Amino acid sequence: MDKLLTVSLSPHVHGKDTTPRIMMGVVIALLPAWAVSVYFFGWSALYLPVLSVVFCVLFEFLIQKYMLKKESSIKDGSVVVTGLLLAFTLPSNLPVWILAIGALIAIGVGKMSFGGLGANPFNPALVGRVFLFISFPVQLTSWPVPKGFHTSVTDAVTGATPLGLLKEGMRNGEQVSHILKQVPDHMQMFLGYMGGSMGEVAAAALLLGFLYLLWKKIITWHIPVTILTTVFLFSGLLWLINPANNADPVFHLLTGGVMLGSIFMATDYVTSPMTPRGMIYFGIGIGLLTVIIRRWGAYPEGVQFAILIMNAFVPLLNMYVKPKRFGEVKKNG
Amino acid sequence: MSNIVLYTVVSLSVLGGVSAVILYLIAQKFKVIEDPRIDEVEDVLPHANCGGCGYPGCRQFAEACVKADTLEGLYCPVGGDEVMEKVAAILGLEAVHEEPRVAVIRCQGSFEHRPRTSHYEGATTCAVEHALYTGDTDCPYGCLGLGDCVEACDFEALYMDEKTGLPVVVDENCVACGACVEACPRDIIELRKRNKKDRKIFVSCINEEKGGVARKYCDVACIGCSKCFQVCPFDAITMGNNLAFIDSDACRLCRKCVPVCPTNSILEINFPPPKVKKELVVSAGGNDKNDKPAKDGSSSGTGKEQPS
Amino acid sequence: MQEYKLKTFPRGGVHPAENKLSAASATRPLPLPERVVIPVVQHLGAPAEPVVQKGETVVTGQLLARGRGFVSANIHSSVSGKVFRIEERPDASGYKRLSFVIDRQGDEWDPSIDRSETLRENIQISREEIIRKIQDAGIVGMGGATFPTHVKLNVPKGKKADILIINGVECEPYLTADHRLMLEKSRELMVGIRILMKALEVNRAVIGIENNKPDAIELLDNLAGKDEGITVQPLKVKYPQGGEKQLIKAITGREVPSGGLPVDVGAVVHNVGTTFAAYEAVQKNKPLIERIVTVTGKSVKEPSNFVVRIGTPVAGVIEAAGGLPEDTGKVVLGGPMMGKAISKLDIPVTKGTSGILIIPDSEAHRKPVQPCIRCARCVSVCPMGLEPYLLMSLGQKQLWDKARQESVMDCIECGSCSFTCPADRPLLDYIRLDKMRVGELIRKEKKAVS
Repeated sequence: MDKLLTVSLSPHVHGKDTTPRIMMGVVIALLPAWAVSVYFFGWSALYLPVLSVVFCVLFEFLIQKYMLKKESSIKDGSVVVTGLLLAFTLPSNLPVWILAIGALIAIGVGKMSFGGLGANPFNPALVGRVFLFISFPVQLTSWPVPKGFHTSVTDAVTGATPLGLLKEGMRNGEQVSHILKQVPDHMQMFLGYMGGSMGEVAAAALLLGFLYLLWKKIITWHIPVTILTTVFLFSGLLWLINPANNADPVFHLLTGGVMLGSIFMATDYVTSPMTPRGMIYFGIGIGLLTVIIRRWGAYPEGVQFAILIMNAFVPLLNMYVKPKRFGEVKKNG
Repeated sequence: MSNIVLYTVVSLSVLGGVSAVILYLIAQKFKVIEDPRIDEVEDVLPHANCGGCGYPGCRQFAEACVKADTLEGLYCPVGGDEVMEKVAAILGLEAVHEEPRVAVIRCQGSFEHRPRTSHYEGATTCAVEHALYTGDTDCPYGCLGLGDCVEACDFEALYMDEKTGLPVVVDENCVACGACVEACPRDIIELRKRNKKDRKIFVSCINEEKGGVARKYCDVACIGCSKCFQVCPFDAITMGNNLAFIDSDACRLCRKCVPVCPTNSILEINFPPPKVKKELVVSAGGNDKNDKPAKDGSSSGTGKEQPS
Repeated sequence: MQEYKLKTFPRGGVHPAENKLSAASATRPLPLPERVVIPVVQHLGAPAEPVVQKGETVVTGQLLARGRGFVSANIHSSVSGKVFRIEERPDASGYKRLSFVIDRQGDEWDPSIDRSETLRENIQISREEIIRKIQDAGIVGMGGATFPTHVKLNVPKGKKADILIINGVECEPYLTADHRLMLEKSRELMVGIRILMKALEVNRAVIGIENNKPDAIELLDNLAGKDEGITVQPLKVKYPQGGEKQLIKAITGREVPSGGLPVDVGAVVHNVGTTFAAYEAVQKNKPLIERIVTVTGKSVKEPSNFVVRIGTPVAGVIEAAGGLPEDTGKVVLGGPMMGKAISKLDIPVTKGTSGILIIPDSEAHRKPVQPCIRCARCVSVCPMGLEPYLLMSLGQKQLWDKARQESVMDCIECGSCSFTCPADRPLLDYIRLDKMRVGELIRKEKKAVS
């Protein structure tokens, strides 16, 4: 035999999962929500996410080639997910140049400055989103509102999100029950008929994506379920104590970025804990912070901040929350 | 208004005063009385924290020196005699002198001399490959070429030669801390006496197998024929385990052993070149020897010259 | 076939493609080799000490080397002929081990060995005699760990086993040696189980079999009904169910404490191959001189199961299965998850060689290593509840003390982490480095104490 045998340590076979495959799965899971958003917000919801991906890929490529001078990693597909998620957190009437700035911050500051994929402590898409939110509050909070289920969406007017209305109303001392009369009912919100960012409006479509992710075993249930449960229970508790000053828990689940955040943002591999128990603490933290910010904070929506704050706790959770070791039962005996 | 200012100043001053007292008391209670000479000794040490002395760092070495009654067995290879004199002066002890040393790689199994017989994949560390099998050549003693020694070196005194697949010691940078000796899973690296102008002669092979077997793996293996042993006028060479070994302290660099070695496994380094045997062997394979002068000569007339 | 409740171990595990290509191929004896190479170490423990000289004539089954100390095993000649040399020969890792090189002449057996096929069911000897016979026969764990069997049968004082678990899981992909053994030697296995039960003084034995082998489950279940205390437990297919600790957990729900032995929770596990060898040793007086070896791989002409004499060169076994395919990239002794890749084909089959897997070049190579995306798959598949990503980075940073705190020594090296890593990181490579270094630290400490 003239060919040399290969020698390596076991195992000698490998599973099918690869980083690009996983990223591809996430993109597929995002498609239903994207479709709904195109349906409601028109063709700007189609091209803005595409542009966002293009910007992100471009920035990652340029930064790696000319600043870091190392091999490009765009093939792993993570940057596509970041691009899509960034666009999904933005309103569909956003000027393209603002989007480009967001992409630059997301990739440049959120990801590359920490060393690229796997090293960033904060979710890059949310870093971009929060930067834009603080820098361009007006553009980021004037949401196009679909006028009706079947009317053309191109003539949508801008307005506030249900959460924005709630915060505004409460600031003016209105009764919550009174405010809630102005927002779409729960079923409409579940299907996505309300103002909001491109990808966050349709709870139904996002849940469909969640099921796909679970089916493909890309994520586990821990983070989304604990976030949603915590939001539901905590807001429900507040509502039971004082229904006049608090919105009902279903309202909290269906509005804003809770669905998108819990299913796609908080579950970002790099910035979430490594152990199931850690994931549960992480989810509870996000849920509590979200409701606290919504109820008492200055901003109508708290998911983005809640996730970023909890991202900062991930290294700590990884350090102290260990999986239960096999055979660890009796330590004192 | 002035009242507020007054109150602020007074309350902050009181707070500061109380804190200062507390801090002072705590500092007194937990005061660690240390021999001030530890700091002094540490100051003269090279601060490389390389562990070459056998202690985790310079501080620990300094503590050990201060505690010791004699400096026997305590030596900083990085600082050498100069530093140890200073340490001795601080502590009022007798300095121990040691010859400066330098690391040498005792394997010449380059790609050319030692054919690859398998292909290794996996973690790029010699330790893992060594534990797995004999390596991508059949020699169970030779260098694995994955650079654990280079990784271990804090002084940039080692690099991998990509042409040969072997590590190379940069004599000027080597401080003989022994980190590479420790890191090498095959114990190929040895610290030898640093002679004048970094000259050295050593048997560059540690294969303990019988001559014929060793030779099968590698052209330049020591086959234990003891020719060098017989020719050495200073009894610096010992034979054992099918291997010759030159004691660097006894060797007087006469180079008599070098030409008698049938496998060229004795290396002479940094000697003035009386014969360019080594270079000839390396470049004899290609025709670049013919190319170079031709190119130099006809730098202006490109295209005219035909390959002969 | 009646319905069973399938059991499995609760934490971690992966599902590699089974590829049991040779499952339907009945075992055949391999033609006797002209020359065998029998190393004095084929087990975990001290090397055996040679008792024959160079040039001596030996018969099949004759003792060549005696186990040195308790944790060691006897070595017997697998052929009759002349001891050509006693010299250092490369083993699977390429490093040299003292070995007997025997040139075969005919096939003359030690007369005390009963070579007939008749089933001998009555166990007439005492517990101590059983263990002595097993020790004399040089039997070791034949699943691949090669731990001397008599050591496991000698339950330490103060501990009591109450259940014998027979490992017929064969969770490694490709391998079918145990499967064929269960089908072809089922009656002998039952006697073997009773022998081991007697040796351990337990009255309960459970045969664990994954339900990808329904024929073996049914066959053994029918036979087991007759015997007192022996049952078959079908198991869900999941790797590494054949790991001792995982199997005990799956069948009894008990968890072997970290750093402890199975007998600490009252269980003793033996592989079906070992059980059969115990039957032959006790009832037939036959030492361990041959074993079933699966030769398999996607490009192998005839994936087969052979009864191979110990010491036969690997190349000879491959030849019998249709020869080494053109596109071979890697040859592995054992299964693809835990087997050992070899660089040369002239090394011998030993007591622990359960299979020879030939991997085509297209599947033999690792993909380039990518950055960790912290997907936590390695954590979720680890059957021991460890964090492979962390252990790998500790290995790279050479933080051995930290790795020790993170229970690196509990790792069973099943390879689930490396198997599942989407970024193709060599997790287990570095974990093994951790274990090596931590092992050195522990030994150093022990030395310092004593």
